[in-house]
Amino acid sequence: MLNMFTHARRMAGRALVGAAALALAGGGVASAQETIKVGVLHSLSGTMAISETTLKDTVLFMVQEQNAAGGVLGKKLEAVVVDPASNWPLFAEKARELIAKEKVAVVFGCWTSVSRKSVLPVFKELNSILFYPVQYEGEESERNVFYTGAAPNQQAIPAVDYLMANEDVERWVLAGTDYVYPRTTNKILEAYLKSKGVKEEDIMINYTPFGHSDWQTIVADIKKFGSAGKKTAVVSTINGDANVPFYKELGNQGIKATDIPVVAFSVGEEELAGIDTKPLLGHLAAWNYFQSVDVPENADFIKKWQAYTKNDKRVTNDPMEATVIGFNMWVKAVEKAGTTDADAVIDALIGITVPNLSGGFSAMMPNHHITKPVLIGEIKEDGQFDIVEQTPGLIVAEEWSPYLEGSKDLIADWRKPLNCGNFNVKTGKCGGAGQ
Amino acid sequence: MTSSARLFRLARVLCSALALLLAAALVQRAEAQDISAALSQLTTNKYDDTEAALGALALSGSPAAAGIVSALADGKLVFGGLPPRVFIEGPGGALLDPLTMQPAADAPAVKPVRVNNRVRRAIEAANGALSLVSPDAGKRREAALAVGRSRDEAALPALEMALAKESDPKVKSAMNLARASILIAKEGITPAERIAAVELVGAEGNQDALAILRSVPESAAPEVKQAAAVAIEGIERNLAMWGMAQNVWYGLSLGSVLLLAAIGLAITFGVMGVINMAHGEMVMLGAYTTFVVQEVIRTSYPGLFDASLLIAIPLAFLFTGLIGVLIERTVIRFLYGRALETLLATWGISLILQQAIRTIFGPTNREVGAPSWMSGSFEIGHLSITSGRLWIIVFALLVFFALLATLRLTRIGLEMRAVTQNRRMAASMGIRTNWVDAMTFGLGSGIAGIAGVALSQIDNVSPNLGQSYIIDSFLVVVFGGVGNLWGTLVGAMTLGVANKLLEPYAGAVLGKIALLVIVILFIQKRPRGLFALKGRSIET
Repeated sequence: MLNMFTHARRMAGRALVGAAALALAGGGVASAQETIKVGVLHSLSGTMAISETTLKDTVLFMVQEQNAAGGVLGKKLEAVVVDPASNWPLFAEKARELIAKEKVAVVFGCWTSVSRKSVLPVFKELNSILFYPVQYEGEESERNVFYTGAAPNQQAIPAVDYLMANEDVERWVLAGTDYVYPRTTNKILEAYLKSKGVKEEDIMINYTPFGHSDWQTIVADIKKFGSAGKKTAVVSTINGDANVPFYKELGNQGIKATDIPVVAFSVGEEELAGIDTKPLLGHLAAWNYFQSVDVPENADFIKKWQAYTKNDKRVTNDPMEATVIGFNMWVKAVEKAGTTDADAVIDALIGITVPNLSGGFSAMMPNHHITKPVLIGEIKEDGQFDIVEQTPGLIVAEEWSPYLEGSKDLIADWRKPLNCGNFNVKTGKCGGAGQ
Repeated sequence: MTSSARLFRLARVLCSALALLLAAALVQRAEAQDISAALSQLTTNKYDDTEAALGALALSGSPAAAGIVSALADGKLVFGGLPPRVFIEGPGGALLDPLTMQPAADAPAVKPVRVNNRVRRAIEAANGALSLVSPDAGKRREAALAVGRSRDEAALPALEMALAKESDPKVKSAMNLARASILIAKEGITPAERIAAVELVGAEGNQDALAILRSVPESAAPEVKQAAAVAIEGIERNLAMWGMAQNVWYGLSLGSVLLLAAIGLAITFGVMGVINMAHGEMVMLGAYTTFVVQEVIRTSYPGLFDASLLIAIPLAFLFTGLIGVLIERTVIRFLYGRALETLLATWGISLILQQAIRTIFGPTNREVGAPSWMSGSFEIGHLSITSGRLWIIVFALLVFFALLATLRLTRIGLEMRAVTQNRRMAASMGIRTNWVDAMTFGLGSGIAGIAGVALSQIDNVSPNLGQSYIIDSFLVVVFGGVGNLWGTLVGAMTLGVANKLLEPYAGAVLGKIALLVIVILFIQKRPRGLFALKGRSIET
């Protein structure tokens, strides 16, 4: 209800609130000098609260850990949490509030691409830093944004490769929710599959509305498509709440992972916590981290996280790891730059390397994306993943996909002298698609 | 026939018998070796090796093989020690020797042998091959079906051996089908054999048969391809007809869900005229009631799990009904006749309820299990019907008729109708209109709660559950005709079937848009919906 009250308050009298805020800020001057403020911009109410609340908790947890280890530059960190309430325009408003009013040094936030696009102009205008922790469709590289989630080549393409090599899949269903991430990812995948010799008639693309709950027809279609005598798999970019009814329907119609495996890019430990996983046994997910990664760093992290949340069943997931990596990178960059000044930190961030939770290291590349291992997991009965494949090395993000017409000539490099997020190597110019 | 010829034949028979015995002895000796090699392959922790080991186990004929394969399927096959050996984890975690099933002498630290989809398929095939000779006819039949599904050429010898011995006609036909499924794609068989296989599989006439028929290799003789093409065409024509029936069934199923979601609203909005934006949240509260009931049952009375939904129905009705009465008494009764204010107030209530649930139960989905009688599916002809959906249709109709009976036959129903038709007249006849208002709103809310119990079976139990149904509910009530329960029934079923008939052609997104456009045009033509309520009451 926070959201409604803030609205009401704003309508009631902006001036009054402004005055109150000024008074508060005035009272807090002494303490403000001793702390560095960290903004958290994740929805705590509305549709996206289901995913984003955990990330808010993760940042708070990291802030507490960092403070226990002595803070940054000798100062304590202070988290400022706001609730953009799954409302895209409100994301921009809240981002402005964090940067201009609260004077935060960095913001961790956003989940959906549309929320990220909504805050972009604010971060550019006010020159601040956003860490974006979710796997997304790529096709973007901004000076003020650091992308710690996977680009399509760090998730989708290795998953397809795995299915081709290990399950001999020849026929593909690309099923997604109807918005930008699935559409772009499926475009990239379609081009990739065709480059691998998959024929047009062996690819079925299907989009459904947000929160689609009646999957009977589509699952029956998938079953029919899969009975063409060739091994078939479903690549799912179905988002959020629509997944549960989808998997339930698969189970109901008797489609097992041994018949038609489903590999999902948006289903992790957190999502599985609300599903009866028995019928899902063997279906796959591709991420850069699983809670079941068996290395001491991860065991240690899970232990501390569960102690922090006082819940020994609380799961960890990939966007959490991305948040942790981003947070640690920011801390390291601030210490390297010796200041929290945005320009200095943005320059210092490139090349920063921190341990990830799967036993390796991730580095911030000049395209503002990070290197990641890719893991393929099969769903187990307890809602965890059995890791069946892990790329031997780290994969560098292709922010501009080489499989898309408009973006194959573009590169991003935020180092001098290029200092450009969309440099066209054909025309030799910074700015936009090739002619 | 001369005697020498007879002698010669006898000798030949004897010779071949001897050869068989010799071979059997050799196989026996080789078997002990094979299975130990297979067992050591299981300790490498590589999927390829596990798969190869399974193949060897299936063909070994060793009496221990079936136990090892089923232990692997159950995750009870473990390995460990130096050099690594395989054990079967017995009850209580005791390690058993896989060959003798006796407790192992030592107890090293062990890990389970890992299983992925490929291995799972190999397990299915191996299990099939191994239980083809089971004494239980049901198991043999299942095994034949499994072998047929896996279409594993390696299982062919075992299948043919079992087929020769089989006497049960049902099992035999399953085995013949499995054999045909394998033969269709096998290299190096005669066209006549392949055509026979094609015909056998084609007679099945279902989706699986279609898949098998399509696997006829490119290199097959033209007459084989011709036969396969004819069979495929026949099946496709047949299936297209069934597909239509299947779509209608899906439509009825979707219609029943819409009916459940809308029927409570048909009371609060349809009968009382309150634009109740919190209706979806009542559905959500019903779903959460189911969750709580299941939680209690899971921790305290696990034996009652199958009855959890039946227990949840009255509780959900009472709980959401009570919340409904509360909302009516505290908010809505001050706003009768002011549609816009009611809309805003109930929308606010819906946000409050959502966030309250989010605070209490967390923002993530909660798991509501399906009782065993609601799981699984069965087939009528080529129509596949899932039990859960069937129950929801039955349940929706039961709720509908119960509500209809309440309004028609009970005293409170009579009073409700009286108050909504002419409030002042009803009041002067001594009806406590205030009380009736509260009860009516409570009834509508309670029924929404019951809907939540059913919807928890097919949708997410999350704070957002209600939002996804509110628009559809209003659509159904307005389309069907405000104030008319039969209209709600017909409206829900019409929209459900229309949606499912459009979906295969237009896709889910466009289908929904097309449906909305159709409804808008329809409302333009008939503003009061399918079944317009006639009479003076509507004008007041």
